[in-house]
Amino acid sequence: MKKPDYVYVTYIATTPEKVWRALVDTDVTRQYWVDPKAGSAHVNVSDWKPGSRWEHQRTDDAGTVDIVGKVVESTPPRRLVITWARPSEADDDAKHSRVAFDIEPYGDGLIRLTVTHDDLDPQMLAGISGGWPIVLSNLKTFLETGRSL
Amino acid sequence: MDIDKVFKALADPTRRRLLDQLHRDNGQTVTALSEHMDMTRQAVTQHLQLLEDANLVAIVWQGREKLHYLNPVPLHDIYVRWIEKFERGRLGALRTLKKKLEGDDDEKT
Repeated sequence: MKKPDYVYVTYIATTPEKVWRALVDTDVTRQYWVDPKAGSAHVNVSDWKPGSRWEHQRTDDAGTVDIVGKVVESTPPRRLVITWARPSEADDDAKHSRVAFDIEPYGDGLIRLTVTHDDLDPQMLAGISGGWPIVLSNLKTFLETGRSL
Repeated sequence: MDIDKVFKALADPTRRRLLDQLHRDNGQTVTALSEHMDMTRQAVTQHLQLLEDANLVAIVWQGREKLHYLNPVPLHDIYVRWIEKFERGRLGALRTLKKKLEGDDDEKT
């Protein structure tokens, strides 16, 4: 087993089911997958069955697809594993990196969400390393306050 | 997560150096980290435990190896709450000026 490139951990006062829904429900992803600097929001679209394709789409009229991948593992409400690639490299499995979301109850009404990202090329690594903390921080605010960003 | 733990963890030069080491090369064992530090492995382990308790370090087990990862999520929370809203642009300009005058001082303390 290779060691992951990045690991992100956040604790959220919510339930595993709500986190799961926030990961897979397109309308919920819209509420927190926002980068204020880029001024754009994204949604994640898929049926989330193993082997299915998923798309990271902009919420503009064109619905531009910025990232695509395949669903590797889908175990609600505990673990979701997807691959992650530029649309131009979607057909080349070697260019796909891998993202795992692990959701564990942590006691006291908290869950621990761990996001692990492996097999990144240097350019994608630069892109995501600023991005995940923002998305996770937004997700926490959204789930704890119900406020969208 | 308790924000006091995050500030307490950051209020120590050794622990800041450990985070710098992980930023340079993420996912290290205690043994690898200890090579860069002028202290016993046991002392490094204790500092890492405080960083882990503050959620600044995340652990991944790979077989019997315990790998330490810099977890930037609490730092991002601090950034949003105490830095971003205070005119990031001008703060950036000030920092650039300071770095030019003093040289890169990021990891001195």
